[in-house]
Amino acid sequence: MTRYAYYPGCSLETMAATYHVSSMEVAHKLGIELEEMEDWNCCGATAYSHVDELLATVLCARNLAIAEKQGLDIVAPCNACFKNLRTINAALQQDPDLAEHMNFALEADELHYGGRVKVNHIMDVFVADSALETIRRKANDRIKGLRVAPYYGCQIVRPRRPGLALSEIDDPQYFEDLLSAAGAEPVPYPYKLRCCGAALMVTNRRAAAQMVHDLLQSAVDAGAEIIATACPLCQTNLECYQADVNRLRGTDFAMPIVYFTQLLGLALGVGVKRLGLGKELISAKSVLSRRAVASPSG
Amino acid sequence: MVTTTDRKLSFREEVENLLHAEEGASLVRCIQCATCSAVCPAVEFMDHTPRQLIGLINAGMKDEVMSSNTFWTCASCYACTEKCPEGIRPADVMYALTRYSLWNDTFNRDWVAPDFTRRFTRTILRTGKSYEPGYAPAFIFEGGFGGIVSEMQMALKLLAKGRIPLIPARIKRIHNLRAMVARVLPLDGIE
Repeated sequence: MTRYAYYPGCSLETMAATYHVSSMEVAHKLGIELEEMEDWNCCGATAYSHVDELLATVLCARNLAIAEKQGLDIVAPCNACFKNLRTINAALQQDPDLAEHMNFALEADELHYGGRVKVNHIMDVFVADSALETIRRKANDRIKGLRVAPYYGCQIVRPRRPGLALSEIDDPQYFEDLLSAAGAEPVPYPYKLRCCGAALMVTNRRAAAQMVHDLLQSAVDAGAEIIATACPLCQTNLECYQADVNRLRGTDFAMPIVYFTQLLGLALGVGVKRLGLGKELISAKSVLSRRAVASPSG
Repeated sequence: MVTTTDRKLSFREEVENLLHAEEGASLVRCIQCATCSAVCPAVEFMDHTPRQLIGLINAGMKDEVMSSNTFWTCASCYACTEKCPEGIRPADVMYALTRYSLWNDTFNRDWVAPDFTRRFTRTILRTGKSYEPGYAPAFIFEGGFGGIVSEMQMALKLLAKGRIPLIPARIKRIHNLRAMVARVLPLDGIE
């Protein structure tokens, strides 16, 4: 069994609790053990970097050190947590002076970081060869033919990870592969890597509303029935502010936005409730049950 | 005679000095091709496009740069950073400018973003975790009456679905975490 240090991130304890439970269910089905990190702290989102680069670094260093103490590589489900942990990990691994400075700070919590941890997004783990093969083998027809818009978001692919070609940044396909393996029909649409507006939803509503509007329109135009996300902030912006976008822009979007792990869970035979389905503000029930009626095995 | 060691830094150099942990190319490499502006999803809400901002930095036009809303309108999507043909990292430049404006207290008081950033940071230094429901209410009046109604409706629905916890979480070793931060920078400067 593969084991990872699981870093849920703050959103998965609140708004995105359904991402947490569905991730756990899918991991269990795939024989992957996610061991939650002991006393982890917030990754800082974007705010720390706005305030002070060293503040952003020291707080991520603590999480990396906790994982290293556990002796495991990190898995993070949130795009922003993933990007912060990953980029700061790289900085600490490449810059001995910075690492020494951070280790001086880490002493205050009796921790030390030697640069030995690898940071993964949870989707990385689910698209790894063996996991993808298991999904293909085990998938029922619960989401067969469901037209899903895979929404990567930004920080799952940007800034670029070392060793990746530009094409893998411009037009990655692994999310599509994952959905196909689970039986769904990934819908191609041009905005799959375009920003959801992130914290601009709070700080510049007009800008974020336009960004969400453009994204939803892009998915609707492509014939998607549902959007699958891999980030709690993307999910919140696209779902919770959809009504606001309709109000501000005079549109009538009613697009269900779920976590990709919820769809994977269905395909792997996990019950609706155990995946947190039903907690969304824009119900995915009719889209998903249409499918259940249409498919012979229900 | 002014030597290179005691001459006053140009504004561009000041900004670049704030990018110490980043790997981007110097801003002098900018060829003003506007690729960054073309791929930016928030560009139409910015006072200056990213290309213009970099041009202004290189021209030393500090006041104009610091009074621009551009860097507070960046959503950190890094589209520009992927596409710059010269290897400049505009998203990191935006971060550098937000830090510069917070440290020097030069931001426009009407902007929501600096206040939001400070609240966010304070919450984390108090509890070790972020608490989303704690931020939105402070800015609810930004959206006018329709915005308030819409925000309240959403909050009620989220509560009914059990998606908003009423009590913010807190890590166990928050005192150690604060001690760690204090070893790196003065806490009173950011709280």
